[in-house]
Amino acid sequence: MQIKSPRDFWAGLMFIGFGLFFAVWAATNYQMGSALRMGPAYFPAVLGGLLTVLGLAVLGQSLAYRGPKVPPMYFRPLFFVLAACIAFGYTMRPLGLVVAIGVIVVVSALGGHEFRWKEVIVLLAVLAVFSVLVFVKGLGLPFPLWPEFLGIY
Amino acid sequence: MEILDHLLLGFSVALSPLHVLYALIGVLLGTLIGVLPGVGPVATIAMLLPITFNLQPEAALIMLAGIYYGSQYGGSTTAILVNLPGETSSVVTCLDGYQMARRGRAGPALAIAAIGSFTAGCIATLVIAMAAPPLAEVALKFGPAEYFSLMVLGLVAATVLAHGSLIKAIAMVVVGLLLGLIGTDVNSGVLRFTFDIPELSDGISFAVVAMGMFGIAEIIGNLELKDKREVFTSKVKNLMPTLDDFKRSWLPILRGTGLGCFLGILPGGGSILSAFGSYTIEKKLSKHPEEFGKGAIEGVAGPESANNAGAQTSFIPMLTLGIPGNAVMALMIGALMIQGIAPGPQVMNDKPDLFWGLIVSMWIGNLMLVVLNLPLIGIWIRLLTVPYRFLFPSILVFMAVGVYSLSNNPFDLVIMAVFGLFGYVCVKLECEPAPMILGFILGPLMEENLRRAMLLSRGDPFVFVSPSKPISLGFLIAAVLLLAMVALPALRKKREEVFVEEGT
Repeated sequence: MQIKSPRDFWAGLMFIGFGLFFAVWAATNYQMGSALRMGPAYFPAVLGGLLTVLGLAVLGQSLAYRGPKVPPMYFRPLFFVLAACIAFGYTMRPLGLVVAIGVIVVVSALGGHEFRWKEVIVLLAVLAVFSVLVFVKGLGLPFPLWPEFLGIY
Repeated sequence: MEILDHLLLGFSVALSPLHVLYALIGVLLGTLIGVLPGVGPVATIAMLLPITFNLQPEAALIMLAGIYYGSQYGGSTTAILVNLPGETSSVVTCLDGYQMARRGRAGPALAIAAIGSFTAGCIATLVIAMAAPPLAEVALKFGPAEYFSLMVLGLVAATVLAHGSLIKAIAMVVVGLLLGLIGTDVNSGVLRFTFDIPELSDGISFAVVAMGMFGIAEIIGNLELKDKREVFTSKVKNLMPTLDDFKRSWLPILRGTGLGCFLGILPGGGSILSAFGSYTIEKKLSKHPEEFGKGAIEGVAGPESANNAGAQTSFIPMLTLGIPGNAVMALMIGALMIQGIAPGPQVMNDKPDLFWGLIVSMWIGNLMLVVLNLPLIGIWIRLLTVPYRFLFPSILVFMAVGVYSLSNNPFDLVIMAVFGLFGYVCVKLECEPAPMILGFILGPLMEENLRRAMLLSRGDPFVFVSPSKPISLGFLIAAVLLLAMVALPALRKKREEVFVEEGT
């Protein structure tokens, strides 16, 4: 056996994984019920089964027909963009909007091709002022602006 | 004339200064984001969705519709000037629009695209106003079996139009359906697939999924490439098309509008099909088909009108049946639900001002595009030259602020990041996210209608195909036919051709 189409091979595996997980988890944790009175497990179990079958079909095709490789993944932008989003969420509460914007801009900019401190700081300042004026003063979103320990609001 | 009363009501809502302002902001923001290379209407709407959360339902929908048109027009601008289509339907515009730009006729191409879109918008608005009430009437008679079958048809149609492998598109729909089930089961109150995470008990917010799958994944994908774009900025001087351009364009515009209006009503990405269809028709009917692909103005006028008409009439199934025909409409339904409105035939009766206000504001949005975007074209072009390293942190900030404002919970940002990762992997594995989003919206609805239908039929699974339910049977037959059409070798080849053309 030989994987002729790596892209479909991995896609098939992903679908099988998803399908089996949902079907098995639903069937073991929730009530199936009957077709007349469907329990909470019925629909997800059926769909999970269907997804597994579809995944097997994609996997089967990948062994039979030649297809493209998986294009390369770029982990640098992936990591920094995702990290920036999560960091924004967890800095907002203790440290306030201005710091959170600083964090998301700097961290995400690290994922770009070029990183120039001057540019990033100017961008950060513009975005922070804009966000404070539009989102907090304008739209009235209930965000803290500054770190809690500073005691200014 | 009932239709006049309806339109008058619509005008009274849409023309209130505040709503005009929101439509204006929507169109501007939509163009602003939509003009960025590689960002299509779905990603644009997903990114801008959070801005509308804190508005009244009418204002929110009007603004979203404005964002939609703006982003479509922005996409055409990019297609013509940079040869980078933001979405499948503006691929066709690239073919001749970019060639016109290379010959120094970017101005007329942009102008005719706007004029064609506006004409199409005017006619399509009338079509919606006429077709929506009778359709809603029919839809009110639908039972759970009919709804279930209609959703099956809609999902099948969406997969047929997705790129690449049909099986993978269907699998993505099922993934979406399953993810949509996460949260509290309405029938039994059981928490499903929540893994004891309290934030998941209300389900995953649709907006967060859409922003992750489209917005975040899009940004990461764009960061792979270094920016190097060839922009025809200096050459956009003369906007006015010549008299000859008008003579050559007016028929393609009308034909494109007709085709788009018809195809847009059918479930499954009407604007894509209508743009391709219109291009083919114009090429066949033209006296000089050899000019197509080398800068024929008909090749811009027809598809742009068809695309816009299709985009507009795809609101019909969304508004009357509550069934999204494409990913954009799925986003609209998601926005409606966030506003606490269950989309469906009852909206027209329960909230006539919302319904007709939205329809009229579509027309106003189209008008704004012509009177605003054409004069502002210089600004949009300059935006194309702003380096991406300034743009993407700004987009991320707006998305993060929007997601955080949903429930003031950092966990939503974690979910967005997870779906960003998933979306990125899906792109790499050539699994289209758009069918998944449709499935995600429809998952709970499908389960509910399936349950009800089975309860009413006493557990008989043949209720969906029984002759006593001709409508449901008809939907399912249509779904099977659609699948068969794509699965048949001859047609499959054709479909691949269409999508190969698109990839260039």
